Amino acid sequence: MDRLNSRLGQYALGIAAHLLLLLAWYLFVRLGEVPKFVMPSPADTLAALFVPNYDWWHNALVTGTEIFGGYALALVVGVALALVFTWSKTLEALVLPLLVTLNMVPKVALGPLIIVWFKYGVFPNTIMAFSIAVFPILLTTARGLREIEPELLDLVRSLRGSRWQLFTKIQLPGALPYIFSGMKVAAILAVAGAVVGEFLGSDRGLGYLMLQVQVTLDTPAMFMAVILITLLGMLLYGLVMLLERLLVAKDARVS
Amino acid sequence: MTAAVDPFIHLVGVSKTYRSGRKQHLAISDASFDVMPGELVALVGPSGCGKSTLLKILSGLHPHDGGELRMGSATHPFDPARDVGMVFQAPLLLKWRRIIDNVLLPAELLGLPMREARERARSLMAMVGLAGYEEKYPYELSGGMQQRAAIARSLVHDPKLVLMDEPFGALDALTREKMNLELLRIWKESGKTIVFVTHGISEAVFLGTRVVVFTAGPARMADNFEIELPHPRTLDIKTHERFGAYTRRIYKLLGMD
Repeated sequence: MDRLNSRLGQYALGIAAHLLLLLAWYLFVRLGEVPKFVMPSPADTLAALFVPNYDWWHNALVTGTEIFGGYALALVVGVALALVFTWSKTLEALVLPLLVTLNMVPKVALGPLIIVWFKYGVFPNTIMAFSIAVFPILLTTARGLREIEPELLDLVRSLRGSRWQLFTKIQLPGALPYIFSGMKVAAILAVAGAVVGEFLGSDRGLGYLMLQVQVTLDTPAMFMAVILITLLGMLLYGLVMLLERLLVAKDARVS
Repeated sequence: MTAAVDPFIHLVGVSKTYRSGRKQHLAISDASFDVMPGELVALVGPSGCGKSTLLKILSGLHPHDGGELRMGSATHPFDPARDVGMVFQAPLLLKWRRIIDNVLLPAELLGLPMREARERARSLMAMVGLAGYEEKYPYELSGGMQQRAAIARSLVHDPKLVLMDEPFGALDALTREKMNLELLRIWKESGKTIVFVTHGISEAVFLGTRVVVFTAGPARMADNFEIELPHPRTLDIKTHERFGAYTRRIYKLLGMD
């Protein structure tokens, strides 16, 4: 009961902090008499949601698809590549340094290239989100898969365990805390990737919409777009946290 | 027609050299001894004497490159793929698995029928003194208890041979003495052949039906003799005159007299 109470207390504090921010925002705009095109009030921002022209639902769906699609792709490719590395030391020695270098390339700078290669639209932006999110997942997973104690490996080998058994029974569950720490970083990056992609070249999505309303100086709509993007990011992050809570033993989590 | 039983493990002049680049490293040489079925043989010696290498050879993980090694006999056939159980210095339990599921790992790897394996795991846990801890996680157990779980895990697939590499080396002295007694009981109850690596001289004499002594620099087998002390053994035998004679003999071989 005590634990439940402190749990609820924590949630209450978290919600209170958000409400306080809203209040501060409201008071700042109201008392400071800030013009709407510089900073809209919370009410103005909410009102922007009801402008039918902006087609919020559709645009949010597009951006969400890019974020979640790019992220899912990054997760599959990142974990699979890391697994291949544990199977072949040569390949790892060959490719991993290259990937560290590629990780240094500012993915945003690749934006114009991606447009040249894949044209406009949802797919290139998904690729953008993917290219940004894949590295932290790959690098942390490769690290986690390598963490296996050599004697444990001996134990599996002495029983002629297969690579797949080693992966599913020992390496993957052992690497999960690492994978999740990479996944959390990647969640934030995937959102940034998708939105930057939309800034650079797109005809749909919340990032695209922001550029459109910027021209008309509809600041409330820009605020709303930022909030919706943030909510999409929080949805992804929340899902990752939930999955971690389900899959990773509490004493093994990497925060 | 001989009344004598064939040895379960038979080594003649077994040696192993590791090569890395142009460097050669002699890890073990001159290993010649027999292990009879149901024996508990202690391999003792300083670090770098090759006792752990020998264990790796017996487990089939590393091939030997000199001498002769035969495992199994007509009366006690040996299947290298499933007749080896291993215990290491660290318990190496998977922290996301409950103890019973840790014990079951070898059975899973071998694809044994799980219902029977689970029954067996339960009775093994009772045998090693962990009844009631089946559903606990490793972090809830002390170091000694985790090592008991590791011993149960090494027995779950009913191997004929159990290889132990300094299994009690990380435990405190008192727990270690207790685990020595427990091991002797488990050995008797299970009837397994055990090869036990240690650098504890009195531990080797206390546990072993036979002690094989190794020396380092160069790594080679120095002696191999039977320990003629009564069974079941209790801590009392450590004050036995012959116990002292055996340990002195080993100290002498290791140049520590």
